[in-house]
Amino acid sequence: MRILLIVLTFALGSCASAALAQDAKTVEKLAFGESAEKVEAVAALVAAGDEKSAALLQALADGELYTAGKRVLIVRGEDAMDAATGVKVAPLPEDREEITVNNRLRRELGRALAALKLVSPERGARFAAARELAGGAEPAMLPLVKKALAKETDSAIKRLLDQIAAALELKAGDREARLAAVRKLAASHNSNTKTLLLSFLEAEKDEDLRVEAQKSLREIEGRLAWGERAGIVFTSISLGSILLLAALGLAITYGLMGVINMAHGELIMVGAYTTYMVQNLFRGHAPGAFDWYLACAVPASFMVAALVGMALERSVIRWLYGRPLETLLATWGISLALIQGVRTIFGAANVQVENPVWMSGGIEVLANVVLPWSRTIIIFFAAAVLGGIWLLLTKTRLGLFVRGVTQNRAMASCVGVPTARVDTLAFGLGSGIAGLAGCALSQIGNVGPDLGQAYIVDSFMVVVLGGVGQLAGTVYAALGLGFANKLLEAWQGAVLAKIAVLVFIIFFIQRRPQGMFALKGRAVEV
Amino acid sequence: MGSAFSRLYGPKGWAALGAVACVIFVVFPLLNLGVPAASPFHVSAYWVTLVGKIMCYAIVALAMDLIWGYAGILSLGHGLFFALGGYAFGMYLMRQIGADGQSRATTTSIAHHQNESEFPWQWWSSDSFWWCAMLVVVVPGLLAYVFGYFAFRSRVRGVYFSIITQALTYAAMLLFFRNATGFGGNNGFTDFRRILDIPIATPQARMTLFAVSGAVLIGTLLLGRFIVTSKFGRVLAAIRDAEQRVMFCGYDTVHYKLFVWTLSAVLCGIAGALYVAQVGIINPSEMSPANSIEIAIWVAVGGRGTLTGAIVGAGIVNGAKSYLTQAFPEIWLYFLGLLFILVTLFLPQGIVGLARRWTRTG
Repeated sequence: MRILLIVLTFALGSCASAALAQDAKTVEKLAFGESAEKVEAVAALVAAGDEKSAALLQALADGELYTAGKRVLIVRGEDAMDAATGVKVAPLPEDREEITVNNRLRRELGRALAALKLVSPERGARFAAARELAGGAEPAMLPLVKKALAKETDSAIKRLLDQIAAALELKAGDREARLAAVRKLAASHNSNTKTLLLSFLEAEKDEDLRVEAQKSLREIEGRLAWGERAGIVFTSISLGSILLLAALGLAITYGLMGVINMAHGELIMVGAYTTYMVQNLFRGHAPGAFDWYLACAVPASFMVAALVGMALERSVIRWLYGRPLETLLATWGISLALIQGVRTIFGAANVQVENPVWMSGGIEVLANVVLPWSRTIIIFFAAAVLGGIWLLLTKTRLGLFVRGVTQNRAMASCVGVPTARVDTLAFGLGSGIAGLAGCALSQIGNVGPDLGQAYIVDSFMVVVLGGVGQLAGTVYAALGLGFANKLLEAWQGAVLAKIAVLVFIIFFIQRRPQGMFALKGRAVEV
Repeated sequence: MGSAFSRLYGPKGWAALGAVACVIFVVFPLLNLGVPAASPFHVSAYWVTLVGKIMCYAIVALAMDLIWGYAGILSLGHGLFFALGGYAFGMYLMRQIGADGQSRATTTSIAHHQNESEFPWQWWSSDSFWWCAMLVVVVPGLLAYVFGYFAFRSRVRGVYFSIITQALTYAAMLLFFRNATGFGGNNGFTDFRRILDIPIATPQARMTLFAVSGAVLIGTLLLGRFIVTSKFGRVLAAIRDAEQRVMFCGYDTVHYKLFVWTLSAVLCGIAGALYVAQVGIINPSEMSPANSIEIAIWVAVGGRGTLTGAIVGAGIVNGAKSYLTQAFPEIWLYFLGLLFILVTLFLPQGIVGLARRWTRTG
């Protein structure tokens, strides 16, 4: 692309002699002028809007524009050419100096280049340029934007350009143009438009225009508020799905088996680190398939966490059944050892887990609401895991055994259920699900030795709130806590929201010690 | 009363207690203040602070043992009461910095965190020693009373109780981490200078605090002994072993549990105040759930249901901690983790229980 521009510059530079005089002056201003003059020159180049200006601006942005005495050079590697005339300069002058670009100029340059890209033949480039300009455009770009608007065929870009043009008219146009612009801006989804209209309202004297502007402003605010609401709903569901994933494993080990597993968070961490290992294996041995490492990481994290869990059950937890407080302390000890173990192996710092390409980015629902793919996928993943557990518990022989042992261990044993093995398998299942949660969490958050600690309190809250031994309760509790947290967060900030939720749970347990969905009958007093 | 008091321990027990008191009140001060620093018998300031700190922990362990070992209530939030006591007394110590005439920190770090010339309302009257000393007792006590009243009345028990106490201390930690709460945010309180207008860093002040901690520890031990050997203590043990039966016998278990729970919180608060004065720093991480669980392991290691066990456990675990975190920082967590696992699996009665079994069989 850039090479093409250079070639074009050569071609144009040799024939467009009429423009040369004007051009040379602009180039001189750009190279030797004061900061304000440089900005003016940039604006002039944008107004010209041809490929040569684009090349010049690009060169300046890339730090390839030099001064040598009175001349201005575009230097690329060993080649140099005069910026004004396009004549090749050889050899490279020794006394050349790079033209420095300060922050203000750099911002102007970015917008200018974006404006020039509006006429690019690629849709993606045009779209990106339009979005960049939607953040703020200079009045000098108006002719260019209008030109691009006339040519544009893509409706999404057209809408954006319309908005940009209207915003520019608002600043510089006459009364009619401003009125039209104010009306047009009412269709905007962008929060920048809101600030634009607000500042317009402050400056504008004309009563009619003010009324119109206020009307537009209200419309935009209404739309933005919907966007915010939609955003809160999404983040709530997202947080709910994460809590659900973290708590589902615990719903089995604690809810069904009654084991207070304080190392649950560390099993999540084990899953996350397994994902990290699988990612490294793919990067090292199969870089081509890197985007699909998750397909391997999901079962791997399940298996590793499940194996760790089964080993713990066999070695420690088995001896503590029926003594919940001792189990709590022992599993806390396990969690400390696991944390330190991970620190010894992987180091105390967080490790980097990369999203595959198809999980980065997001779907834009409204202008101010972008749903990240990673979180969207995790919502579906949580639903799938939930469905899987439900099927496993209700439709399979293992599920039948688990439920049987939960309800009446002695009777299950009498009819030939191998209760000890069922315990191990059920604990492995719960741990494996924690591993799956870790795999999911590695895609959206930091992976470090303390990962599990952040989730242990939350997961217990979910299970206790939902009611022990109830999958449905766990789902409601996770989503409920997700919503409560995010709604309060929007209102009072994250920390106070979290405190409020914890206090709420404390009170809730006082009122309903068995959770939202209490088991009835004998199981209650265990 | 006198006879009831002397009946707390047998002759051997009183002799041992007297020996410990002698070490705390005579040997330590003599070796620290009386012996020149060059002498091999000199006890350095480091040791005085360390032992003083461990004595504060031992008070907490006693408090924990009263409710866990004797009433069967495992609290995972005792770090909160400890920290609240520490914060209450820390407020006074922070105000005392201002009394230090030429102090560089005249504008206390609290004022540094929030540029208000007026202190927030929580700091009302915090320049008075007696007001703060009262807060040390009242704040943890009141919180524990209210929390316990609702929890015990709704018959929240066992693991549920443990988990909501954990939620409580976690919520409080988040609250104290906020700068807007008015207690110094992340940094908490530190850089103390004076206590009762006496410079806090002098050997005499240090030794006084040490002796006060020792006296409180011995007092707590005697109080605990008095409670567990009384009729009240027997009811507590009965509640621990079969609460429903005790209720069916006509006892209102709520009041028994509530009393010992509140007392335990108050003891923790006092320990926290002594701790802050000696260690010289308090911050919200004292309230982290991990700290509270560690308290439980002190008691478990020493032997729950025995008061001496709580003290022994606090001493051993914290002694090992201060040694290991300095000598082999990376193995401390392995050690602590293994301690949790091994003690629960193999030493349900703790070290004291093990010693008793040995003396009985051998």
